[in-house]
Amino acid sequence: MDKERIVTSPLLETSRLRKFFGGLMAVADLSFTVMPGQIKAIIGPNGAGKTTLFNIITGIFPPTGGTIRFKGKEINGKKPHRIAQKGISRTFQTVELFGNMTVLENVMVGRHIRSKMGLIQSGLRLPGVKREERSILETAREKLDLVGLIQKANEPASGLPLGERKILEVARALATDPELILLDEPAAGLNETEMLRIAEIIRKIRKSGMTVLLVEHHMDLVMDISDEIVVLNYGQKIAEGPPEEVKKDQKVIDAYLGVEIEYA
Amino acid sequence: MGKENIRALFILTLCLGIFPLFIRSDYYLSIMIFIGINAITVMGLSLLMGYAGQISLGHAAFIGIGAYCSGVLTVKFGFSIFTAFLCGLFLSAIMAMAIAIPTLKLKGHYLAVATLGFGEIIYIIFNELLGITGGPSGLSGIPPIHFLGYSFKGGVRYFYLVWAVAILLLIFSLNIIHSRIGRALRAVHGSEIAAEAMGVNVSQFKIQVFVLSALYASVAGSLYAHFVTFISPPTFGLFVSILLLMMVVMGGGGSIWGALLGAGILTILPEYLRAFKDFDILVYGIILMAILLFMPEGILKGLTVLVKWIKRE
Repeated sequence: MDKERIVTSPLLETSRLRKFFGGLMAVADLSFTVMPGQIKAIIGPNGAGKTTLFNIITGIFPPTGGTIRFKGKEINGKKPHRIAQKGISRTFQTVELFGNMTVLENVMVGRHIRSKMGLIQSGLRLPGVKREERSILETAREKLDLVGLIQKANEPASGLPLGERKILEVARALATDPELILLDEPAAGLNETEMLRIAEIIRKIRKSGMTVLLVEHHMDLVMDISDEIVVLNYGQKIAEGPPEEVKKDQKVIDAYLGVEIEYA
Repeated sequence: MGKENIRALFILTLCLGIFPLFIRSDYYLSIMIFIGINAITVMGLSLLMGYAGQISLGHAAFIGIGAYCSGVLTVKFGFSIFTAFLCGLFLSAIMAMAIAIPTLKLKGHYLAVATLGFGEIIYIIFNELLGITGGPSGLSGIPPIHFLGYSFKGGVRYFYLVWAVAILLLIFSLNIIHSRIGRALRAVHGSEIAAEAMGVNVSQFKIQVFVLSALYASVAGSLYAHFVTFISPPTFGLFVSILLLMMVVMGGGGSIWGALLGAGILTILPEYLRAFKDFDILVYGIILMAILLFMPEGILKGLTVLVKWIKRE
């Protein structure tokens, strides 16, 4: 019985979450859960509050009301770096790489919270620094290998094409060893092959036991990889469920998907 | 820190080590000593500006705090040189924290404005605390450094002392740059929002590196005071803060080696411009403008590009 409860308790849970920007309600009393091991997608028209939701979950700004629980503990209002330390990592819709660093160094920054040598220790190169540095390097290379960017490890991150910049963000987020990874439009602006590559990476992530929450506009991709979908419109949840159900939901069709035309 | 850095470090140490064997003129030695002193401050500024992307317009004030602590405490209160030096470090660290903690928690260029104000306040204090600092007429009679009965009075000895400190701090800085701390600092520069999302405590790192850079300046200040044995407020004013900033930018913001080069060139330049008599400032300005126009990424980067280009020809 107890075991059962642990297995089924949600990894992330928001309840009556809301966010106002002045008079604009960007997120309105939103309650939803993400179960461990799930790939959950959030879809909805532009301005529906999807990125705002991500920004609230990762602590970029506090919610106006409601609560967010991660592994049963309240995390709303915590600073972004604290939330990252708790095991939530993310990518950005507008790619936010460290353009002044190489591909490998970008991923190495992802290991920041999993290493601990301070300013003085590093400056004096005290015992332990070298070992930690080697392990950071090793893990970073592993993640680059996982996403298929290892050949470009020493190139400047700013020089990569858009598709690979997005993939690099995923690798960087993975390097933090998160339990939950938030992907903000990972496929936006990608071509067909790059999209397949991203889908494959997302599946690999899930296979390794991580939970994925993603915002995405490419319906083929969303329907293909998600276990469950939340549909937002004007900050409100208008539907939630497995892809097949959501696809048929009249409210979702009206607000977002559009009318399906059957060709004979 | 990588083979290239170790090689460069080795060459630099070797060149400096043999320098006094060939050049015995006190004039050239003292220029080299001033370059070393400036280099210490500029390395700290390079970590702050070039790596972490934060601007300080008041670093001369930290040099001043180091210099006046060393000067006043040894001359007027009979402190030992080393204790006075430590007091300078302590006071600089406290001051740096007092500025950094409120301003660096905010996003934007508040640090630049706060340090500008801080520099002016410190300058006024040096000028007005007549009884302690000697005011505008300065403080003289600062004793030269002696350590375990060994006096660092002569030019050659002081040259070795200053550059030993500078090289040690260079190694310390290079170690930081090539560590998780250095990467975190550059990440803050690259994208604060992404750095936060990767778990980097952005304001904490900004505060740390600012305090560190203030400590470097304080070390430089103490070394300066014991070398020239006379200090007065204008040496630690806004103009000097901007000159230090120029050294970082001219040399090449993104590299500690560039900062060293900048410190060297901008310290030597005015000496060579004396030939222009009254027009020296004008020529100085033109040279700085030319560097920024033709080598916008700094002299170091400009030279590397030039060398590559010549090799290809």
